[in-house]
Amino acid sequence: MSLTRRDTFGLALGALALTVLPFRANASVDDMIAEFTGGADIGDSGVDLTAPEIAENGNTVPISVDAPGASEILVLAAGNPTPAVATFAFGPLAGSRMASTRIRLAGTQEVIAVAKLEDGTFARTAKTVKVTIGGCGG
Amino acid sequence: MASGVKPRVKVPKSASAGEVVTLKTLISHPMESGQRKDKDGNVIPRSIINRFTCDFNGQNVIDVKMEPAISTNPYFEFEALVPEAGEFTFTWYDDDGSTYTDTKPIEIV
Repeated sequence: MSLTRRDTFGLALGALALTVLPFRANASVDDMIAEFTGGADIGDSGVDLTAPEIAENGNTVPISVDAPGASEILVLAAGNPTPAVATFAFGPLAGSRMASTRIRLAGTQEVIAVAKLEDGTFARTAKTVKVTIGGCGG
Repeated sequence: MASGVKPRVKVPKSASAGEVVTLKTLISHPMESGQRKDKDGNVIPRSIINRFTCDFNGQNVIDVKMEPAISTNPYFEFEALVPEAGEFTFTWYDDDGSTYTDTKPIEIV
């Protein structure tokens, strides 16, 4: 394969988009986490996120979150056009602090779970999911 | 209202008092994310269920805020504490203002 001028230009544009996009996505993820925690420090332990390592179809990726003693769990997908996925709030009759659902992922990316624990502290975990076919149409 | 919305819920028929039971819910809904485009390149407007709640005898079990990243036919699995006989009420809130509810009784043995 020989590279034409047009190909080279396209590649350069693609590379540029790749370097610029993650920064933008991450900024909004950080904002959303800050809004959820109110700027409090976030610990590493206390929340579990179960997600497949490789998801063939980004349209339905099964995930489950579990954080003993949590009152709320925020789930974010850092690489989606809109990173918010869901917020689970547990009531007085919640049998445990776990929930599972199925989510859409636009591509290979990190899924983040932030839990608000009952003692007022926060815990965060993240897991990278490889997606073969993205789930946001297009 | 999105057409063909049908909630399905799986709740055990009975439990012992104070037992923790697993509930599974599924509702058929297209969950149009607002990101997709039709043949002519027009964006298909967002139409999703944005909130799901489960209550038992008026007390809250779980309250989920849902975003477009939840898959078509939203599925939830979670656990509830059953202190006494009563009824679970499941409510889904659609973007267009309609709500879908389902109730399931549970007995104490």
